[in-house]
Amino acid sequence: MSPVLSVVQPAPQVQTSAVVLEKVRIAFPNAKRGGASFVAVDDANLAVADGEFVAIVGPTGCGKSTLLNATAGLLKPASGSVSIFGEALSGLNRKAGYLFQAEALFPWKTAVENVAIGLDIVGTPKAEARAEAREWLARVGLAAFADRYPHMLSGGQRKRVGLAQVLIRHPKILLMDEPFGPLDAQTRQIMGNLLLDLWSADRKAVMFVTHDLEEAIALADRVVIMGAGPAARIIGEWKVPIARPRDIDVRLDPEFHRLHKEIWAALKDEVVKGYRQSETVEQGQ
Amino acid sequence: MMRSRSTLLGLQLLVAVVLLAIWHLGSTVKLNIPAISAKPFYVLDPFFFSTPVAVFQRTFLDFYSGAIWYHLGITLLETLLAFAIGAAGGVLIGFWFARKAVLAAVFDPYVKMANALPRVVLAPIFALWLGLGIWSKVALGVTLVFFIVFFNVYQGVKEVSPTLLANARMLGMNERQLMRNVFWPSALTWMFSSLHTAVGFALVGAVVGEYLGAAAGLGYRIHQAEGVFDVTGVFSGMVVLSIFVIIIDMLVSAIEKRLLVWRPAPATAQ
Ligand SMILES: Nc1ncnc2c1ncn2[C@@H]1O[C@H](COP(=O)(O)OP(=O)(O)OP(=O)(O)O)[C@@H](O)[C@H]1O
Ligand SMILES: [Mg+2]
Repeated sequence: MSPVLSVVQPAPQVQTSAVVLEKVRIAFPNAKRGGASFVAVDDANLAVADGEFVAIVGPTGCGKSTLLNATAGLLKPASGSVSIFGEALSGLNRKAGYLFQAEALFPWKTAVENVAIGLDIVGTPKAEARAEAREWLARVGLAAFADRYPHMLSGGQRKRVGLAQVLIRHPKILLMDEPFGPLDAQTRQIMGNLLLDLWSADRKAVMFVTHDLEEAIALADRVVIMGAGPAARIIGEWKVPIARPRDIDVRLDPEFHRLHKEIWAALKDEVVKGYRQSETVEQGQ
Repeated sequence: MMRSRSTLLGLQLLVAVVLLAIWHLGSTVKLNIPAISAKPFYVLDPFFFSTPVAVFQRTFLDFYSGAIWYHLGITLLETLLAFAIGAAGGVLIGFWFARKAVLAAVFDPYVKMANALPRVVLAPIFALWLGLGIWSKVALGVTLVFFIVFFNVYQGVKEVSPTLLANARMLGMNERQLMRNVFWPSALTWMFSSLHTAVGFALVGAVVGEYLGAAAGLGYRIHQAEGVFDVTGVFSGMVVLSIFVIIIDMLVSAIEKRLLVWRPAPATAQ
């Protein structure tokens, strides 16, 4: 893998963006030795301003998680650059909190211990960390579940513990990968509103991956659409001019409908394409 | 599906009672069936099978007179030492190998070879090296416990969920904190899942070692009794050994239950 350093220097910007992805290309080595590597994302350009809420929508397997991983510094782009608040990213992104798509709680720690861990490891006194963790659990509506282990929580409750675990560290950038993925429609809306409440109290830059276009429009300042992979790109972006604070009824807003129709027209073909491509890729291997 | 605890216990007791009854009748009631044998005979000759009453009497007397306590103590000590040393070694080396892929690759064939060796053949060598005291038995137990714990810890560290690891790193953990908060608990979990087996093997090592050459311990007592055709003594030794195993197993279960509270209860069969 080639180093992150590239010829392309981050363009000087008036206001430093929280995240700038420039011509990012991410390739995975082929599982079979000697095989060509698989380019998941190619030529991805995206800037997220400080305090901006950006939703990323795209067909399954297009590379949304991959893009977040690159922003988190967990994956090195094969080429292109990732800069965080104007600095080229090398190693892990220390300014970001990441809510993973898959289960990532410590199964041997209770909910409150899971939330407190981010403070524990920076040397916060134990009692203080616990107290703050309990506050955060209360904020995500889980005060009564503080002493449960993850396996005793529902999928949605686990996601909320994960959210508290990330937010307690006050990251300046929040990466969320389908945080409400396994939840039913109603719970998703409730969680979405909870997220907006927490976010508006302390505006961070958010990259929010979802496969639910309605959710994306309801939550975000800007919706970014990724095309189908392989070598997926960002194929379009729409500003969401709906005023904040938004309430649950945002989905009834005429502007919401107009946007939804417009974005869906662009997304539809990609979704079908993405599904076909993943079929052929699987057959080809 | 079992209906209740008490029904289960009742059935378990029933099995014991039936087996004891068969043993008792077979070894005390003389049958006179000329078709099989001219002389009256026992189905279970007490010379070879002893009788339940004699066995329990002997066991009771051994405990009552205190003769058995010393031997129990020795076996317990050997078991605990074998477990502690074997488990500590297994955890340390398992951890080390899991974090250093090169090391694991180099030693892989040797580990497999050593583990494939039947341990009984080592007993005389250990006796030669370490004498007939407790240490040769401890060594035998260690060779058994070590590999179980080693393989489990190795697996545990290797199979930490990559997402969990990524999350821990994103939360800001350094290498040391990863060790403490991710790898170590994961390794321990796997170790505890093999706790029953490991403790059982520690005991097997101790008893087999004693049996093959010692001056004390339960294995030694069984061996002594066998040497003079004291079948009652052999059975009594076996009874004591079984009780000992059951108690140790219950202790292990209790420890396990405390330490693994965070784990989902295993899905019950059916
Ligand atoms: N470690 C890997 N090795 C090889 N290929 C990978 C690896 N991780 C992901 N990919 C491939 O990269 C592509 C993008 O994966 P990614 O997980 O980013 O998709 P996604 O957009 O998050 O999908 P979903 O919505 O289903 O979560 C997929 O085709 C996937 O098969
Ligand atoms: Mg994904």
